[in-house]
Amino acid sequence: MMQLLTAQSVASFPVLNALIIVPVVGALVVVLLPNSRPELMRPVGAIFAAIAGAFSLYVMAEFSVQDPGFQLQSIQSWIPSLGINWHVGVDGISLWLVVLTGLITPIVLIAVDPHHDPKPYTAWLLLLQAGSFGAFLALDLFLFFVMFEIVLVPMYMLIGGWGYDDRRYAATKFFLYTMAGSALMLVAIISVATLSSGGQDITFNVIELAQRQALSTNTARLCFLAFVLAFVIKVPVVPVHTWLPDAHTQAPTAGSVVLAAVMLKLGTYGLLRFGLYLFPEASVWAAPTLATLGVIGVIYGAIVATMQKDLKRLVAYSSVAHMGFIVLGIFAFTTQSLEGGVLQMINHGLSTGALFLMVGMLYERRKTRAISELSGIQSAAPIFAGFFTVAMLSSIGVPGLNGFVGEFLVLIGSYETRRWWTVIAATGVILAALYLLWAYQRVFHGEPTADDEKTADLSLKEGLVLTPFLVGIVFLGVYPKPLLERIEPAVNNLISHLEDHSDYVQPDPGAPVVVERDHGSKDDH
Amino acid sequence: MVELIWLVPALPLLGFFLLLLIGHKVGEPGSGWIATIAAGGSFLATLAVFVGLLGRDGHAGDRSYEFILFEWLPAGSLKVEAGFLVDPLSITMALFVTGVGSLIHLYSIGYMHGDPKFSKFFLYLNLFLFSMLMLVFGNNLVVTFLGWEGVGACSYFLISFWHQRESAARAGKKAFVTNRVGDWGFMIATFAIWSALGTVTYTEISNSPAMSAATGTAVSLLLFVAAAGKSAQLPLYVWLPDAMEGPTPVSAMVHAATMVTSGVYLLVRMNSVLTDDALLVIAVVGAATALFAALCAVAQHDIKKVLAYSTVSQLGYMFLAIGSGAYVAAIFHVITHAFFKALLFLGSGSVIHGMHDEQDMRKMGALRAVMPITAGTFIVGWLAIAGVPPFAGFWSKDEILLAAWEQKNIGPLLWFVGLVTALLTAYYMSRQVILVFFGKQNWEEDVHPHESSWTMTTPLCLLAGAAVVGGAINLPLVKDWLVLEHFLEPIFHHPHHFSSGTATKIALAVISVVAGLIGISIAILSWLTRRIPTDRLEPEFLENAMYVDATYARVVGGTGTSAFQKTADFDSSVVDGSVNGLGRLIMKFGQLIQPTQSGYMRNYAIGIAVGALAIIALLAWGLLL
Repeated sequence: MMQLLTAQSVASFPVLNALIIVPVVGALVVVLLPNSRPELMRPVGAIFAAIAGAFSLYVMAEFSVQDPGFQLQSIQSWIPSLGINWHVGVDGISLWLVVLTGLITPIVLIAVDPHHDPKPYTAWLLLLQAGSFGAFLALDLFLFFVMFEIVLVPMYMLIGGWGYDDRRYAATKFFLYTMAGSALMLVAIISVATLSSGGQDITFNVIELAQRQALSTNTARLCFLAFVLAFVIKVPVVPVHTWLPDAHTQAPTAGSVVLAAVMLKLGTYGLLRFGLYLFPEASVWAAPTLATLGVIGVIYGAIVATMQKDLKRLVAYSSVAHMGFIVLGIFAFTTQSLEGGVLQMINHGLSTGALFLMVGMLYERRKTRAISELSGIQSAAPIFAGFFTVAMLSSIGVPGLNGFVGEFLVLIGSYETRRWWTVIAATGVILAALYLLWAYQRVFHGEPTADDEKTADLSLKEGLVLTPFLVGIVFLGVYPKPLLERIEPAVNNLISHLEDHSDYVQPDPGAPVVVERDHGSKDDH
Repeated sequence: MVELIWLVPALPLLGFFLLLLIGHKVGEPGSGWIATIAAGGSFLATLAVFVGLLGRDGHAGDRSYEFILFEWLPAGSLKVEAGFLVDPLSITMALFVTGVGSLIHLYSIGYMHGDPKFSKFFLYLNLFLFSMLMLVFGNNLVVTFLGWEGVGACSYFLISFWHQRESAARAGKKAFVTNRVGDWGFMIATFAIWSALGTVTYTEISNSPAMSAATGTAVSLLLFVAAAGKSAQLPLYVWLPDAMEGPTPVSAMVHAATMVTSGVYLLVRMNSVLTDDALLVIAVVGAATALFAALCAVAQHDIKKVLAYSTVSQLGYMFLAIGSGAYVAAIFHVITHAFFKALLFLGSGSVIHGMHDEQDMRKMGALRAVMPITAGTFIVGWLAIAGVPPFAGFWSKDEILLAAWEQKNIGPLLWFVGLVTALLTAYYMSRQVILVFFGKQNWEEDVHPHESSWTMTTPLCLLAGAAVVGGAINLPLVKDWLVLEHFLEPIFHHPHHFSSGTATKIALAVISVVAGLIGISIAILSWLTRRIPTDRLEPEFLENAMYVDATYARVVGGTGTSAFQKTADFDSSVVDGSVNGLGRLIMKFGQLIQPTQSGYMRNYAIGIAVGALAIIALLAWGLLL
């Protein structure tokens, strides 16, 4: 461990390694705390998570805006005989996901009381943070795979240990479903590494492999599909999404928030980093299908969300719809659609994370999530209703709030290359208003029942916990430029990479279009 | 002084934040005054900008000033700035938005008296005003869209302001979702414009070469979808009558004077891209909406429902004007309509207030004696909307009918529909005035109707003044008196000129005045002197608005809901069912072969032996071949 911290790297201080190690140390410390002091567990854990969060802010500060490549890299030999390294780095695509992971975990630790066994709960959440950092930072395929799989364990434990009535079923389903997806990815990882060697040394270095492009077209496509399967399950893309509503609904609030804000992004991030980057030709080849699946997710997720009877399940299905936008954006391959997609990953984390937190707070008060059993909450708890409204409007995509920025960029960019997909996907904004406002009407409007009337308004602590989300929602809606200008170079780099290795060319909006001559009409002269 | 433009939206935004922080502490009436001062300040700032703009040379194209705050959405070649465009069109809109808006703020202090959520109401009003000003002043489509959605969200908050009432909650949601259909059109239009022209900024769009005919028409129609949602045109008008669930000042400001005219503004702003084919569609839909809604208004009993359908109908006139190419006439009518319709709504609010929340006109009557100011100002509004010269409505409506007459494809037909609508308008408004203020007293003695306080009657008097003289901003009598037309001219690609001779113009004006008088006469004969039996004048078919809304509700509630439910069932039974089925299948298979792991040594020994033999046989077979 000391070796990792002192490893030679671009930065004088190997901050990316520290990001992964600090929460692990935190987990160990928490485990060593005496069981007789349960009240210490979460505060101590939160301190370590917050230190990691502070490091993630340091990464943000150190990040060079114009540099399209990987920054703050750190390489440490791990299994030399196979060319496997501990290799981490950050670019514009992963930067904000790292910051989000850094900030969300301490907030969740402070916000949500597990009610029992705080020690393992805290430790698992810290390991989840470490694993998520690792997966977003890994530039070595083997390291990525390890991290990608490791995060499953804490989440499985959180759902199974602290979840609701159906937690065992949901946890098992979550674990098996996602494992099944990544099994083939391991085969593909080994294939890519070995088949790309071509006389040179075998390597798992992502940058190196992306430059080599040594696989034959068909092999590359097969490997791409294996990667994609793992990622689309994680996103999740319809029709491999059904683990998500169960996992989300049964998970404890902390699990739901981290699952939505961070873990789903492993899927879309994976599609960008390992799909498009490693397999540009195959990505272009498969783009129509994957964009179609994204659009289906937008519409289908929204329709199914509308009919949910459980408020938490409704938010879970809204995630399916939102993630569909991101998938469309990724496979539209334009600067705007990709920037929008990356930004939407953050936006979704903020708005859906906040919604899950608030559904959890509502459950704590009313011991139910059934929409039909709730009514008139706005009369009883107006401030809570106000916070919920802002998160809801962000999720609906009202301009001035963050959700709009991502959605708008995804759609306007996708219109360039995937016109009809975009026209259909945009109807998702109508449906989003429908399912959220309908739910809001039933839960918050109307006359409160005797039980609802006693619903307490937000406590000061809850307000403080939610404030960072609200600040993010408004700030990113009004002034997203600091994020966009750091995302853009990396995204453009990725598009040039696509153009170099396939026949794709990004269209230029406003350029004169060659109009097909209309033979039938005489009026056009 | 045009540099002060940032102050115009900043003041209501400041008011919003103030009320958010201290509104509940200040309470009543302080928070109402904070909001009113913010709105009034915004009006004064608009006046200052207006004066500054007038000081610039109109002919040299100097009257267009852009003020950029910051880069909002920079992404690749897409440049979206948070910026304002001050030009004759936006300043004209802003003047009446802030002017009428301030009066309605003032009025609300009296109207909302005693409401437990008093300060919250004003918080929403200020946020609404801010959004509306962003819509009007945005220098590109996306900032306008910000305002567009902002006013939509505020409209949602305000319609469902009394959210304990089921009907109010439902109406708010309905308004938002229906508007979203229009927003879809707005978004796709924006994408298509960016794709074709490489810009979303207004000044650049109007200087760009024309798009291909197909793209141009598609974009025009998509923009009209957006406008039809916000401005309540067929077939998306259904949310507006329901929006009357909101407090009456909201109906006056949001759902009559300002927000619902956004669609008109958008099309006028985008006049350079509208194609002739699309204009014809807009004219037809506008005329159809005008007639349809006027027919519906005839049979309503709720004092506000009459005005709501009337608003839909008048908005139809504005789109008829746009479709006929007469953009100035459309904006002219937007302004005069803002005066008299805000007046009528506030008047109806004063009546409702005085009658202790009674809205059924059948339970009113003879109120002119107890509410003289309300009655007097309401009558001014009535004369204006009925098209009686020289009140404001006459001038603007007359221009629209003239433009419709000159429309080159089906002009006379459009004109005739507009004329019938004018007759109906005069009729149903006269009916309303008679039922409410004249005739016999239909309320119980213990109701004790009373005149409203000065904060409510002052705006009524000011708006009545505007409804009388508002037509003066664009009098067709002498060419130099067409102030509005000359002022707005620079923003149009193809300035519209009336081609008819003076004789035709006068003849058409006389016909429309006569039509209005016929409508008024019929109303007097039937509702005041009771010479015409009234029992068949309110057919159920019209009272229920031709069952359009009911049909929508049946489709959405029936077919729509069941299709959604089937999809959700499909998700849980088929999609998730096959996942669980696969899991069960694997377990079954495991159970099936589980007996082989029996734990008996002899079974394993047999297994090993058979396996070994099989391998040997296989190898031997391979060797032999």
